[in-house]
Parts: sequence; C-alpha cells; structure tokens
Amino acid sequence: MKKEFRNTIILLVIGVILFLILSFLMDTEILNRYYGRIVILICINVILAVSLNLIIGITGQLTLGHAGFMSIGAYAAAMATIQLNVTFPVALLLGGVAAGLIGYLIGLPTLSLKGDYLAITTLGFGEIIRVVITNIDQLGGGRGLSGIPPKTTFAWVFFIMVFTILIIYNIARSSQGRAMMSVREDEIAAEAMGINTTKYKIMAFVIGSFFAGIAGGLFSHYLMYIKPEQFGFLKSVDLVTYVVMGGMGSLTGSVLSTGILTILPEFLRFMNDYRMIIYPIALIVIMRFRPQGLMGTKELSMKIFDKFSKGSDEDAAFKGK
Amino acid sequence: MGGGRQMEFLQQMINGLSLGFVYALIAIGYTMVYGIIGLINFAHGDVFMVGGYFGFFAATMLHLPFIPTLLVAMGGAALTGVIVEKIAYKPLRNSPKLSILITAIAMSVLLENLVRLKMTTDPQTYPETLLPAHVIRFAGLSIDNRQLIIIGMSILLVVILQFIVFKTKTGKAMRATSFDKDAAALMGINVDSVISITFAIGSALAGAAGVLFGILYSSIDPYMGIMPGLKAFVAAVLGGIGIIPGALWGGLIMGLVETFSKVYISSSYSDAIAFSILIIILIVKPSGLLGKKTREKV
Amino acid sequence: MFKKKMSLLLSMAMAVGLLAGCGAKSASTTGDIKIGVVLPLTGAVSSFGKSGQNGIKLLEDQVNKAGGINGRKIKFIFEDDEGKPDTAVTVGTKLISSDNVVAIVGPLTSGSCIALGPIATQSKVPMITGSGTNPDVTIKGGEYVYRACFIDPFQGSVLAKFASGDLKAKTAAILYDNGNDYSKGLAEFFEKGFIAAGGKIVGKETYATGDKDFKAQLTKIKPTKPDVVLLPDYYGTVGNIAKQARAIGINAPLLGGDGWDSAELFKVGGTAVNNSYISDHYSANDTASLVVAFQKDYKAKYNLEADAMAVLNYDAAKIMVEAIKTSGKTDGQSIKAALQKTNLQVVSGKVSFDANRDAIKGAVILKVDASKFNFIKKLVP
Repeated sequence: MKKEFRNTIILLVIGVILFLILSFLMDTEILNRYYGRIVILICINVILAVSLNLIIGITGQLTLGHAGFMSIGAYAAAMATIQLNVTFPVALLLGGVAAGLIGYLIGLPTLSLKGDYLAITTLGFGEIIRVVITNIDQLGGGRGLSGIPPKTTFAWVFFIMVFTILIIYNIARSSQGRAMMSVREDEIAAEAMGINTTKYKIMAFVIGSFFAGIAGGLFSHYLMYIKPEQFGFLKSVDLVTYVVMGGMGSLTGSVLSTGILTILPEFLRFMNDYRMIIYPIALIVIMRFRPQGLMGTKELSMKIFDKFSKGSDEDAAFKGK
Repeated sequence: MGGGRQMEFLQQMINGLSLGFVYALIAIGYTMVYGIIGLINFAHGDVFMVGGYFGFFAATMLHLPFIPTLLVAMGGAALTGVIVEKIAYKPLRNSPKLSILITAIAMSVLLENLVRLKMTTDPQTYPETLLPAHVIRFAGLSIDNRQLIIIGMSILLVVILQFIVFKTKTGKAMRATSFDKDAAALMGINVDSVISITFAIGSALAGAAGVLFGILYSSIDPYMGIMPGLKAFVAAVLGGIGIIPGALWGGLIMGLVETFSKVYISSSYSDAIAFSILIIILIVKPSGLLGKKTREKV
Repeated sequence: MFKKKMSLLLSMAMAVGLLAGCGAKSASTTGDIKIGVVLPLTGAVSSFGKSGQNGIKLLEDQVNKAGGINGRKIKFIFEDDEGKPDTAVTVGTKLISSDNVVAIVGPLTSGSCIALGPIATQSKVPMITGSGTNPDVTIKGGEYVYRACFIDPFQGSVLAKFASGDLKAKTAAILYDNGNDYSKGLAEFFEKGFIAAGGKIVGKETYATGDKDFKAQLTKIKPTKPDVVLLPDYYGTVGNIAKQARAIGINAPLLGGDGWDSAELFKVGGTAVNNSYISDHYSANDTASLVVAFQKDYKAKYNLEADAMAVLNYDAAKIMVEAIKTSGKTDGQSIKAALQKTNLQVVSGKVSFDANRDAIKGAVILKVDASKFNFIKKLVP
C-alpha cells in the first residue's frame, strides 16, 4: 500500500493504544485529576501547535495572531452550544468554520505581505479580534463568558488531536504540501515555476485557522468560562514558541515540544516567583544551542515499521531517525 | 459651541503629540536595530521600561534633578540594550529569523520578570518634584507644561540623533553597515562595534522615553513596556522600517490616531482602530510611508 | 544519534515526571488538616494577593497556637493563580487532587472564582472567597461555593444611593475598564442604582486594561460637568486617573469601590485622590475589639498596616476553619453543611449566608482624605 496510507494507519493504531493506556491511568486515578487536566491541555495545545506549524513551519508564513482564531472558535462553539443548543461535534465544527472563515477574510489581503510585515499585521488582527470580543456584551465582553457546559472529555480531545496530526501530516506529504514548502523555501522561484503562491498561502492559513478554532471550542467547553485576555498576543507568542522549539516543519517536534512546554510550568510551580525567569532563560539557551528546535525539519521515520512486525510500540515510536 | 470644540481639538492634539513623541522615541530604536541587523527586537519595549526604572532610582534614591535623571536612565537603558545584544542576539546572528524572534520574546519576558522580582508588580511613582507640573491655561486650553517639555526634549534628542547619524564617522559606519553588512566589513568597519553602538543609541532613546513616560503618567510598572512597545513597533513599520524619520512620523501618527480615535470614535475600540488603520496602510503601501519599494533580486 | 537520544531522554523524563507526581494519597483522618489557598501572588494584583496571604498566615499561627482544630494542626497550602482564571483552575485542581485539601480559601479575583467554582463543586470541596464580588461567583459556582463578602450589585447600589442621597449628586460620569470584569460590573450596577435614585449619567467612557493615558477620555468628560465621577478600578490605575483628572481641572468628588483600598493608592495618586468616597468592606477606624485586636496582631507580625484584602481573607479563612471545627469532620459534605449554618462575628462584621451562599453583610462608605480612609457611614443590605 502507499507509504502515506500505511503510515496513517500505523499512527492511528499507535494513537488508539496510547489512548487506552492514558485513559486507564486517568480512570484509575493513577494519574489524578490534576495530571489528567495537564494531559488534556497538552492535547489542546498540540492541536494549536500543529495547525500553526502548517502555516509557519511548512508554508513559512510568520503569523503572530493564531490565538485570535482560537478565541473565535472558542466563542463561536460556546455560543452555538448555549444559544443554539446544538450537539458538541456540531458546535466544534461551527467554531472551526467560523475561525477558518475569518482566516480566509484576513488572509486574502494580508498574505501578499512578507516576513516581518506579515507578522505584525497578523499580530494586529489578533489584537483587533480580542478588542472586538471585549466589546461585545452578548459574549460577556470583559466579564467573560461563563456557564459553558463542560462537554470536553479526554476522548474528544485526544482523538481530535490525532485526527488533526494525521490530516496535517497528509497535507504536508501531498502535492499541495509540497507547493506550500516551495513557498517557504523560495517564494519567487515558486512563482516562476508557475505555482500560485497566494492560493497555497491562503490554503495553509485557512486550514490552520480552522483547526485553531476547533481547539478553541474544545478549550471553552473544558474551562467552562473564557475571557478575551486569555487569547491575547502573549498566547500567540506561546504557540509560536511551541512550534519553533519543536522545529518548524516537524510535526513530531511540535508534539514533543508542546508536551514539554505545557508540563514545564507545572513542574516549576513550586518556585513560582522564579518560574517566569527560569523559563525564558531556558528558551534563550535552547535557541542559542539548538536553534533549529528539537527535531529540525525531520519527522520520526516510519521505516522502522518495515523491520518490526509488532513490538513495543512506545519504544518504536521514540526510536526516531 | 464652535470655540469650545476648537479648543478641545487643540487640547487633544497636544495630548496626541506628546503621546506620539514617546512612541516615536521608542520606534526609532526599533527601526535602527532593524535597519542594521534585520531583527524585530521584541525586548525593546522592555528596555523602555528599564529606562523608566533607572530614572525612578535616580530620582528617588539619588535625588537627582531632571536632566541627570534623564541621563542616568539613558545610560542604564543603553547598557541594558547592549548586554541583551551581546548575550542573546549576537550568538544567533546567522540563525533562522524565527529563532532570534523567539529569543527576543524570551528576553522581553525575562526583563519584565527580573524587574518584577525586584520591584513587585505595584506601580512605582515618579516624584512630583522631578518635573513639577504646571498647568498652563490660556485661551481655554489647559496644557500640562510637562507635555511641552516632553515634546521639546524629544525633538532635541531626534536632532542630536540625526546629527550623529549624518555628520559623524560613527554614523557613516552605521549607515554603511545597514546598507550592506558584508561590504562594510570588507571596508574595514568593525561591524560588531557598530551593531553595539546602534543598540546603545536606540536603547538610550527608549530609556529617555521611559523617563518622560514615567513623569507624564506618574507611575511605572514592570509591564508598562508591552503595549507602548507594540504600538511603537507598529509605528516603525508604518513609517518604513529601517528609516529613522519614518519612525518619528510613525510614532506621531500612532499617538494622534490613538488619541483622536478615543475621542471621536470610541474609547473602547481605540486600540483596534489604531491597528486597523495601520493594517490598511500596510496593505496599500507595504513599504511604509517613507519606504521605497525594494525589488527583491533573485 | 543525538536527536534519537535526546527525544528518548525527554520522553522518559516526561513519563517519569508524570508518574512521579502521583504518589500515595495522604490520609485525611490524622495529621495536619490541609486547607488550600488560591491567591494572585504574582501578576497585576499581586499586592492584594500578598496581603491576603499575610492575613491567612496570621490566622494559621493563631489557630495552631490555640491547639488547632480538635487537636490537629491546620496547614494552609498556598498556590498562585497569577490573577488568571485558567491558572486558578489548574492550581485549584492540583490542590484538590494532588494535595487532597479539605477546603479551599479563595480565589481573590472574581474571574478566577467563576472559573474554579464549578470544579470545587464537582469535587465536593467547599470553597470560600473573601473578595470575589461578581454575582456569578456563587450563581455559576454551584453548591459548594461560598462568598464571605458583599456582591457588586450591592456595592454599586450603595455607592449610587450615597452619591445621590448624601452627596446630593444629580449627574455622574463613569470611567471604567471595559476589559476587566470587576470594573465593568461595578460600573453597570452603579449606573442602574444611580438612575433608579433619579440621577443622570452624563458621561460614560472606557479604557483598556493597562492603559496609562486617560487624557482623551477625561477631556471628553470635563465639559459635561458631572457632580461626581466614578472610577471603579484598582488602586494603581485609579491613582493615575485621579491625577490626570485633577490636572485638567475636574474637581468633582470621585467615587470608587473596594478596589481602591490599598496604601499604594496614595503613593500613586497623591493628593489627587482627596475628596473621594469609596464603598468598602470594613473601616480601619472601626473601634470594635475584633478589629483593633486584628490590626494589632497584624502590625506585630508584619510591621504593616492591615488592608481590606488582609482582613477579608483572614475572615474567609476563619469562617472555613470554624466550619471544619463545628462539623467535627473533614469530608466536604459535612464541612459544607456546617458552613451553611455559619453565624460568626469576624473582623469585617457579622457573617451569615443566604440561600445563594452569599454573605449577608453590610458595607461602609469611607472618605479618602490626606492619605487615609476615614469612616463615614455604614449601610446594611
């Protein structure tokens, strides 16, 4: 069978196994609620990181407003549940579509900008979204939106995460993905080769925003209460950090770095006053000595599965290449 | 009544200009650094904040008057800027843009929290005696003398800067390096020093802005640099990144737009409006107001 | 090779870290009684949090010195929510699930309370906040969430009545932070109360959190000549606004809420905040013996003057400790039952809970003058 298809199935199987292990740990309280919460937050963050990686890592477009799309999804999904009483999956979808739509509207005019200009424009849009939400009373405005039914469970979050990873993995390996990468590598050459760079930039942007919206919906139905400040510039910066630390263009890297960077603040909680000093120092050191991030642009190689028929899947998954 | 409206307009104009000059001083630092090494120095807004605190110390601990306080702040900020450059940016000079960006952002968070640790989150107040406020009332206007001083001080600093950049050898070296780093090195210019000097000057200006800000708004806190830093960055891009007069105009426009949108449109949306107008300008003329369209050669 | 080793190492570290945390559940029938505390020890209102922490630590000393609860010492475990709702939930969950606390005191900010409340209720861990004044805290929080202070609608209406009745104000202007739930909420409730009392709102302007420049908004308010100006925000911002307002010539009395109450107000605001009135939870001038004793003990331990946050958190903790003592047990349900029946005289007044689990408590009006908060009058609901 085709390599991508085979890999997708394998990843799915690994996913299911991981899920069963983690569920077991959480149900039997070996991992208590606190750790369970961290795991769920990691999954949500992974969805955000991977979707952002599509835009920054694979297509090379620097966006600093990703949290804005998360917030659109969060609010849209929450309102759909509260006002329209739709089922959870429909609410999530609405959140994603809303985010993707706004992504399209924003992307159209701005994706012709380059580099730092694009960065600051997306930053501006992120802020605009935040300010607008703060001023809409029906959404709670500055007081926040409370009373969101807690519909997010580990199962939802985990499988949507796996789903997102698989989709973006497949996009990256497709011809569209290659077009996106060519935009990243050398936009002018790509244009000269006849690739409609704007089309692919927008495509990556919209898909990325869509998934960010879904992550937002999961977030709002987990926290039960959301405020606009949670989705500001600093959150966007957090997300960019996840991607860069993991290695732009590497989905495995995004997963790993997101996990580490979500857990790290918890570990450092006991020295709370110093946490926000150690954390940035750690980032600076990593950027200095390993600026390409954890995985560079490489992914876990699936070639191992040629050799092993079955085996410790956890083990095999971490024997990267 | 027409007269009252006009007066209010003029009043707001002055409000906008004094705010704008603060933004301009910060923006100039952004643009200088970008012009030389192509880096968005996210920690610049926090250098502004650090300058404010240096000034606070000079004024409250050492009881220095206005000008020495300003100088201490500028010196302290310059030092901070250069240290940041040496530790964080220099080693990454040949790294991908995004890693430097992350480092800059991490630097920013680090500075904020170092100051917070020492000084707590509570705002510190600049002593009234540093630059006593006199409200000058004439023709129905209430002008804070400090606003005038800030405007005057900022113009002076910009003039000095222009002198340095265009009339001194160092300035020439700076301009050469920003045109073409490698060629400049080949011509015998010590690029490292030039970069450090650029950081020092840009940071000094931001430090001055920090003091002026502290005087004008009387309180400083560890996070005071975030929003002004953002807006100043936008100002720099608006004017054409890398172009010093552009940063000046960009800052003024930002200050005026912010003030007037608060008055005439809505105070709750003023941030969003400010960003929107600038996004529009960027889309219409991406190289910024004073920028030239550079053709990217392949 | 390096990459392989590193990823393996990191993933192992992650796994070890995750598992290491799940230790044995500590028994809750012997040993110290653990009570969780969630406060903003860092972040924008960290000085409130620090005051609250001081108050609670003082209580811990006092209770333990007197023998603890039924022979067992109490231990307050402090966690920092940074003033952010999702951090509040994270640390609150940690306190409940990892530290196995029997109750939670806090959070301090309404936003954090609204976020953490439902979790506390879900886990059947009683939670009491000394300062979350937004009505949603108990409405959305659920059965196990108690509030030891008044709510913003009450505070807003008290201020409005005072302005209209005592200060004889016919017009008012409001300048508030529309990104801050406390500020926005208090502004809205004051407006309702003021209009109900026959007044007129002649100016309503907003600013964003962290803004330093209010000249534009103040210049707009000035020509409307309001009799009073409401600034429902925290001391740091208010001090600044007051200064700028006075500088452009707005001399009307200023009004505010409990967010003003901090010695820092005078550092920032100087003389600009004179001729202002605020609604607050308690007055330092109160001659009641409990108040005097508390102030004395607080000063002795910290060499600082006690402020409202210290008092409120001390009181909230005290109420919770009393409930645990009365119930004789350490399970959530018993403590909650005892809480509901609370009828206790604490530093900030007499406290009992209504059907919504809100404290039936009065407010005081204080006049801000010459670096002091002076008692004017007391109002009961």
